Amino acid sequence: MPSFPRVLLGLFCLLVAVLLLAPTLVVIPMSFNGNKSLAFPPVGFSWQWYDNFFRNPDWTTSFSNSLVIALIVAVVATVVGTLAAFGVSRAAARTGGLLRALLITPMVVPGVVLAIGIYAVYLDTHLVGTVTGFVLAHTMLAIPFVLIAVQASLEVFDRRLETAAASLGAGRLTVFRTVTLPLILPGILSGALFAFITSFDEIIVALFITSPYLKTLPVQIYTSITRDADPTVAAVGTLLFLATSLIIIAGLLLGMRRART
Amino acid sequence: MNHHPTEPQETIVTDMPDRPALLKRWRPRGAVWLAAPAVLVLLLALAYPLAIVVVRSFTDPAPGLDNYVWFFQSAVNRTVLQRTFVVAAWVTLVSLICAYPYAYAMTIVGRNLRLALILCVLVPFWLSGVVRTLAWVILLQDSGVINSFLRGLGLPPVKLIRTLPGVVIGMTQVLLPFMILPIYSVMKGIDTRLLQAARSLGAKPWRAFLQIYVPLSLPGVYAGAIIVFILSLGFYITPALLGGPRSILLSSLVQNQVLSLLNWGRGGAMGVVLLVATFVLLAIAAPLMRQKHSSTRREA
Repeated sequence: MPSFPRVLLGLFCLLVAVLLLAPTLVVIPMSFNGNKSLAFPPVGFSWQWYDNFFRNPDWTTSFSNSLVIALIVAVVATVVGTLAAFGVSRAAARTGGLLRALLITPMVVPGVVLAIGIYAVYLDTHLVGTVTGFVLAHTMLAIPFVLIAVQASLEVFDRRLETAAASLGAGRLTVFRTVTLPLILPGILSGALFAFITSFDEIIVALFITSPYLKTLPVQIYTSITRDADPTVAAVGTLLFLATSLIIIAGLLLGMRRART
Repeated sequence: MNHHPTEPQETIVTDMPDRPALLKRWRPRGAVWLAAPAVLVLLLALAYPLAIVVVRSFTDPAPGLDNYVWFFQSAVNRTVLQRTFVVAAWVTLVSLICAYPYAYAMTIVGRNLRLALILCVLVPFWLSGVVRTLAWVILLQDSGVINSFLRGLGLPPVKLIRTLPGVVIGMTQVLLPFMILPIYSVMKGIDTRLLQAARSLGAKPWRAFLQIYVPLSLPGVYAGAIIVFILSLGFYITPALLGGPRSILLSSLVQNQVLSLLNWGRGGAMGVVLLVATFVLLAIAAPLMRQKHSSTRREA
């Protein structure tokens, strides 16, 4: 590509960048629609859909359900996934490789197949529409993300530091708490964030194991899109878009500062 | 995602001999048991449910291969199966065409521009898929952005929602980050001095690019392509919301059999077909990525 005119490459990339970001931006004008419609262009201006999101119990409960489930999943998956990352990177090469391949399979199993299987199990064990059911399924889906994030930081971690601490008389737990943990903390924290988002956004399994008494936000969004043209979904979409962008910008800036120091 | 599982461990093994005895003492063989809780979660929420799907596909309503015979004999099912693969191939191809130059540009621009380009990939990557699909519903619907734009120009409206092109457009946009990120992560490790070396030996820039750079970037291309293809095969939300009766994909058929018709056997058989296709593709692609990956490392 070097001889290829740079201008053409630049224009093409601009086009791809627009394709990546612009379509999603359309939810912003729709969220201020004066009419109860998702037809374009929006008519008038109003805050009523944001108001509806913060007042209507359908939306507030599904939002708090998602928040609670995602927080539990973030904690459980981070603990379980971090332990697994240690197991994988400190086991013998062959075992570790096999274990890793096994633990990341949730990423490649087609969502619907997994969803009907989990639905079948949950129907038998009365876990449909329960927080436990959601947490179990979402933890399984989040483990690969935690594993990958923590393993990445374990790979660059200098193990001689542990040896040094141990040779100075520190016990195994003290070494972990004062040397290993602080150094791999960024990996663990990004793993926790990935786990949170994985659970918070998960929809396919959620659509199957949901009940009228326990709905998560993505399920509420999905049913709202299929049922009526309520612009509240556009308001939720706008809020999620802003939150996601802020988190990523903060992450990139933090990463940049760390790289500089 | 494009890392090969055994790579990190191999380096550990090689520095095993000169590791002090002290270190061995508190890094016991039992380390592998630290993964036990994770494995338990996977057994409960992944292996057991999938086993039930497989078992039901052979036993519900009666033991035998009836569900599979039904699946492959029905013309509708064969059409949907074929369509699912064709759509996955289109989505993979189009996103590769968009992703390769984009990822390349990410490696050659200055820091600020690179951050902007990364931001454009990461925001959609982490934004809820339902929200991104909602945006496509608003864009493609009959009273949507594209059609109101056409009407403004005095052109006739186009039918986009509930059509196959609409599904492909939406899926490509939703899956594009999964293609860009693996390609970028391989490209950023390529030593560009190799290109200068080739040119100093008299190769034309284009030839150096095609013969040196492209082969070195292939592991990322394979990784991205296989991820996008597999995710496309099992894609559910986007085709369900953007598609119509004539653009149904396999995953919607599975959902319909189980939730609407309560036919676990037939739904299960379709699910098993999807599962087998996924793992066969992975098995074919995995050695491809591994071999190429190690060659990048050696040469770069």
